[in-house]
Amino acid sequence: MIEIRDLHFSRGSKPIFCGVDLDIKRGQITAIMGPSGTGKTTLLKLIGAQLKPDAGTIKVDGFDVHKLDQNALYALRQRMGMLFQSGALLTDLSVFDNVAFPLREHTRLPESIIRYLVIAKLQAVGLRGARDLMPAELSGGMARRVALARAMALDPMMIMYDEPFTGQDPISMGVLVKLIKTVNQALDITSIVVSHDVPETTSIADYIYLIADGKVVDQGTPRYLYEHEAASSWAQQFLEALPDGPVQFHYQAEDYAEDLFAQINKKINE
Amino acid sequence: MLDIVARLGRIGMSFLQRLGRSVLFLLRSIIGIPAVIVRPRLLIQQLYSVGVLTILIIVVAGLFVGMVLGLQGYNILVRFNSESSLGVMVGLSLVRELGPVVTALLFAGRAGSALTAEIGLMKATEQLSGMEMMAVDPFKRVIAPRLLAGFIAMPLLAAIFSTVGVAGGYFVGVGLLGVDAGAYWSQMQNSVDLWDDVYTGVIKSIAFGFVATWIAVFEGNDCIPTSEGVSRATTRSVVNASLVVLGLNFILTALMLNGE
Repeated sequence: MIEIRDLHFSRGSKPIFCGVDLDIKRGQITAIMGPSGTGKTTLLKLIGAQLKPDAGTIKVDGFDVHKLDQNALYALRQRMGMLFQSGALLTDLSVFDNVAFPLREHTRLPESIIRYLVIAKLQAVGLRGARDLMPAELSGGMARRVALARAMALDPMMIMYDEPFTGQDPISMGVLVKLIKTVNQALDITSIVVSHDVPETTSIADYIYLIADGKVVDQGTPRYLYEHEAASSWAQQFLEALPDGPVQFHYQAEDYAEDLFAQINKKINE
Repeated sequence: MLDIVARLGRIGMSFLQRLGRSVLFLLRSIIGIPAVIVRPRLLIQQLYSVGVLTILIIVVAGLFVGMVLGLQGYNILVRFNSESSLGVMVGLSLVRELGPVVTALLFAGRAGSALTAEIGLMKATEQLSGMEMMAVDPFKRVIAPRLLAGFIAMPLLAAIFSTVGVAGGYFVGVGLLGVDAGAYWSQMQNSVDLWDDVYTGVIKSIAFGFVATWIAVFEGNDCIPTSEGVSRATTRSVVNASLVVLGLNFILTALMLNGE
């Protein structure tokens, strides 16, 4: 479904990706994990062609997304759903109108059919009763469920989830985990979950890519990464949430004792 | 010395980059205007928030400016026994200068700042990105309707300002200071020319509406997507639009006076 080859991308002088190769298989839930600031969200924006890479190719369903003209890209995006971390709901529209938004923009369906479709999508995420609420009246978890209903509105071939579990209470988190799995199976779509929440993501992912320092540092099924000896020490530290390991607890600094007594030493020397 | 030159160069480059981005932004927005004409509901919504909601401040400001003109004008003209010309003074001042300029400054403060903050917040909360990912062009759906609404609303607001100002001048001059009502209107009618005066004001208000709305929507779209970025963009929007309107007013006045 998605084929990324030799991806290079930088922001200003800071490199984000240095030669990333990645394959996302159709119908699976693929997780892209890594510490904060490694460019996971940037990767989703590159897949959606909202950003352009410095080098390398990204093919979605056979199309090189960065070589498409605007019409072809927009036609492809209609088949790609994306769930933003904030939900990105349109704040001047109600829950119902938010879910109806892509249908009204891209189809000429009569309002009676749109109502039918919107209510069905909201029922799937358990928020049929909240259809008249405004986004400001929703909790974070509810906003993401509405955004999921909106992402499903046009029955896409894939949905990209950007940090779906961040900042959620345990109940909302459980609901979202279940929804992502259910939606993936019921609609037979491809799901890409970008996250650093290890237990939730590994519980539903079929395949995981671990990204750090601009590269894929490890990949495999959750079981492989947890159990296989070949899995790197970096992967072990990340998945087990160990405070120290290849990624050190301390930010690079000068010697502790020297730093601590620097002023005293300076006065003695004077 | 070299540092100062380098710094000036950086400022100049940054200014030119922003100018280039704003021109490209304007072109993309104008390309989106036909999509708005096909869906007038989007335009009507924006005409309401950009135009109708600005009417109150325009009416109040127009009334007071007209009243002050009536008061000041009377006190100057009465020294030359020509207070009957008060209508001409009030009418010409409003139609040629104060109407378009003050309306544009108020428009930048009321509607322009709201446009910048709204678009900036839509960017900060990823609503614009979300639209792009839903294959909806934000230029057609968000920017172009607001730009067109500003273009249309500003000349109408300037006309309201001038009309209310003339009424304010009448209220003070005729109602309170005793200028003859017939003289007020007839002198105004004889001296205010449709082509030379009224159209001058209309052209100015169209030009000011164009730049004030362009600056407002561009600053919103170009802001850094943080609360501080939106705040800075809103301030820049009002300051830049006001300065450009005042500068442009001088250029247009000079051009139009030369043309007469």
